[in-house]
Amino acid sequence: MVKKSLQRLYLFLIFVFLYLPIIVLIVLSFNNSRTRVVWGGFTFDWYISCFQDEKIMSAFLTTIQITFLSALISTAIGTLAAFGISAMKKRGQTICLGATNIPLLNADIVTGISMMLLFVRFMDLGFMTVLAAHITFSIPYVILNVLPKLKAVNRSTYEAALDLGATPLYAFYRVTWPEIRPGVFSGFMMAITMSLDDFSITYFTKGPGVNTLSTMLYTELRKGIKPELYALSTILFFIVLIVLLLGNIRPQRKAQQL
Amino acid sequence: MSKHLIEFTDISKSYDGSLVLDELNLYIRENEFLTLLGPSGCGKTTTLRLLGGFETPDKGRIHFDGADITDLPANERKLNTVFQKYSLFPHMSIAENIAFGLKIRKKSKSYIEDKIKYALKLVNLDGFERRSVDSLSGGQQQRIAIARAIVKEPKVLLLDEPLGALDLKLRQNMQYELMRLKEELGITFVYVTHDQEEALMMSDTIVVMNQGYIQQIGTPEMIYNEPENAFVADFIGHSNILDGTMLEDRLVEILGVRLPCVDEGFGQNRPVDVVIRPEDVELVSPAEGCMEGTVTSLIFKGVHYELDVMANGYEWLVHTTKHIPEGTKVGILVTPFNIQIMRKPESSDEKAVEVDV
Amino acid sequence: MYKLRQQFLAGPYLIWIVGFILLPLLMIVYYAFTGSDGSFTLEYIAAAFTSETNRRSIALSLELGLICTLICLVLAYPVAMILNGMHLKNQGFVVFLFMLPMWMNFMLRILAWKLLLSKNGVINSVLASLGLGRVSIINTPAAVVLGMVYDFLPFMLLPIYNAMTRIRTDWIEAAKDLGAGSVTIFFRIIVPLTASGIISGIVMVFVPSLTSFAISQVLGGGHVLLIGNVIEQNFMQGAQWNAGSGLSFVLMIFVIASMAVFGMIDRDGEGTAIW
Repeated sequence: MVKKSLQRLYLFLIFVFLYLPIIVLIVLSFNNSRTRVVWGGFTFDWYISCFQDEKIMSAFLTTIQITFLSALISTAIGTLAAFGISAMKKRGQTICLGATNIPLLNADIVTGISMMLLFVRFMDLGFMTVLAAHITFSIPYVILNVLPKLKAVNRSTYEAALDLGATPLYAFYRVTWPEIRPGVFSGFMMAITMSLDDFSITYFTKGPGVNTLSTMLYTELRKGIKPELYALSTILFFIVLIVLLLGNIRPQRKAQQL
Repeated sequence: MSKHLIEFTDISKSYDGSLVLDELNLYIRENEFLTLLGPSGCGKTTTLRLLGGFETPDKGRIHFDGADITDLPANERKLNTVFQKYSLFPHMSIAENIAFGLKIRKKSKSYIEDKIKYALKLVNLDGFERRSVDSLSGGQQQRIAIARAIVKEPKVLLLDEPLGALDLKLRQNMQYELMRLKEELGITFVYVTHDQEEALMMSDTIVVMNQGYIQQIGTPEMIYNEPENAFVADFIGHSNILDGTMLEDRLVEILGVRLPCVDEGFGQNRPVDVVIRPEDVELVSPAEGCMEGTVTSLIFKGVHYELDVMANGYEWLVHTTKHIPEGTKVGILVTPFNIQIMRKPESSDEKAVEVDV
Repeated sequence: MYKLRQQFLAGPYLIWIVGFILLPLLMIVYYAFTGSDGSFTLEYIAAAFTSETNRRSIALSLELGLICTLICLVLAYPVAMILNGMHLKNQGFVVFLFMLPMWMNFMLRILAWKLLLSKNGVINSVLASLGLGRVSIINTPAAVVLGMVYDFLPFMLLPIYNAMTRIRTDWIEAAKDLGAGSVTIFFRIIVPLTASGIISGIVMVFVPSLTSFAISQVLGGGHVLLIGNVIEQNFMQGAQWNAGSGLSFVLMIFVIASMAVFGMIDRDGEGTAIW
């Protein structure tokens, strides 16, 4: 019994460590005091000025664009690549997967700088270079999520469908696709979260005037903290929470239907 | 064979409010091969886990060699378990697995090496010391699990469905192996299984359990020939179990037919369960039998044919060496000696004996 | 025939790898081994170890990275054990709660700690209102380590927890049966069986903490110079691309070496298995 309470206490303390900073942010986003962290009454002002702040809004918009475009493109390239890799012989697979692992294992800062060094030779740093960089580090997550599903797909069922007179496209859509869909979905979600979370690579590949939320926050943080950022944090936290809950509930509901 | 090595006294255990064992009383003699037999959920594994020290009873005491071990943790008990899933440590070699218990006892290196050699020889896996767990088949893993347990020289070896995951052929081999081991080691085996053939073949004593109650304790012969109730009869072999009425001593009525039997002392017009083994049913011409029926199915089983015969609204299970095609009209004949009469359960305490397998 | 055609599907990806991964890395190597006039030199590789600033930043990065990894391991291991030991119906949800902060924006998590630790931050305000004086952690290595631990703790927790869930209870019972007490079980059974998770966790924490520059910039206030900060200054402030590339190259070697030291990571996507 004592052991159990000690265990719970330990979990609780770690829990506090993990959530206290987030809770403080949320509480302060409603605090009617610009400079001090003392409670000065309840207000929605920071949310209003957050939405009126041009810097924040433009960074927000850029982030959404980069995230969705890079996730879509990397999911397409990555899924195709997974198909290609799964058809390769052992040697080809090893080489491809080795290359896939480079951006996963390499330090973000090195990946970012290496791309910047290349990009500046051919074009101005800006939206397109950030997008290309995000696609690059997202593809491996898609491949690593799709490939195991693809290996688990029973090849003979696909061939059986062809044997029964299905066209390859129809057989793919009805037989193969349903089995790899969860992998493609989780690859897409991983790509979104990685893109949303990235700072280092964006920081080095972006040009002046282009900011994602991460790089915008970094610049602002070096100057000082504006209370609008608390409001922004709170909004982002709940967006992430909702997206994650949806993502986690989905498979359960599917299981219930079966 | 007479000394009581282990005694369970009034043991009760429940999980999440549902009773798994109810006031269990059982003793296990020194050097016997005792089998706990029953369907899943009957409480046999729980009984074994209580003995192994992996569970504590809600009520009652367990004595081992005269000492109360109810609250003794598993690692201090002088008995060892062979688990159903073998439970070999995957990160250790075979030798390391076997040495595990000995190292804890701080035995010398040479003693441990000798013991490993001896144990591997005993389970017919000489020279497997350096092999990894993954490289072994299920049967080999099970032998290693046994070797790992017996190097600790336990007074009692507990075996929890150790052959459950093996295929039939391997199972039969391992059954002989286990009996040989038991002879060589001269220790007590407590064995859990749901396979009645296995139990009948290996055990000195069988404890038939159902729904947390002991149904019958006895030698394999007693259990097979004189089941005490319908559950035991049904579980031990595929039997014909019929509702009947004991009209008077030595006369029973089943399916509307009066049959002479040898049982006495049930009173008059008492409802009873009647057990007739499939090999005890004789098939004769319709006129000669005590009731008439039709063969509805015929399966060749090697040594005999297994037949279903529909007679007086009951589907009889019959074993015979004769080939009788489906659709044949036959007569059913049972000699009085082969009719086994059993009391119907009456009190609520006994309701567990109702057949629900 | 069919297989060959299917292999072509990897074409766009292979082009992408060459264009956006291999070529850029070659660029770093090129700049690292050439001088500003474009001729071959080892000057900038050597500078990573000879220059006082670089040497100090490498030493500090290694030190803080090791401390951070150690703290994460010590904090996360019991959490994984306790979570795995609790027989909760919705254990998945509890684990999810512990992973949730990982999905918060990286920069926001740093922002939260800056807010807590600042001179006039939350912690100091609370301490002051209790009449307990102040602490000044911000702009010290301690603040940087704190921020790193907060950021990377889930990366340690997840692989260890995953490895822990694969330990079957009957292994523990078998060990008990053979006479092992809880200390023996911990060191001889649980730790070896979670070794792959521990190694994954160490790599997943050590590499980003070794190479981070944003945390040290914000929470260290420019006073804590890690390798990442020196590299960043080389590129973004000094335009010393060759020096920066030289240091980046060395950092890359460090990362590869640390992975080799900790053994090969198992690549079954343990660390990415939350979806």
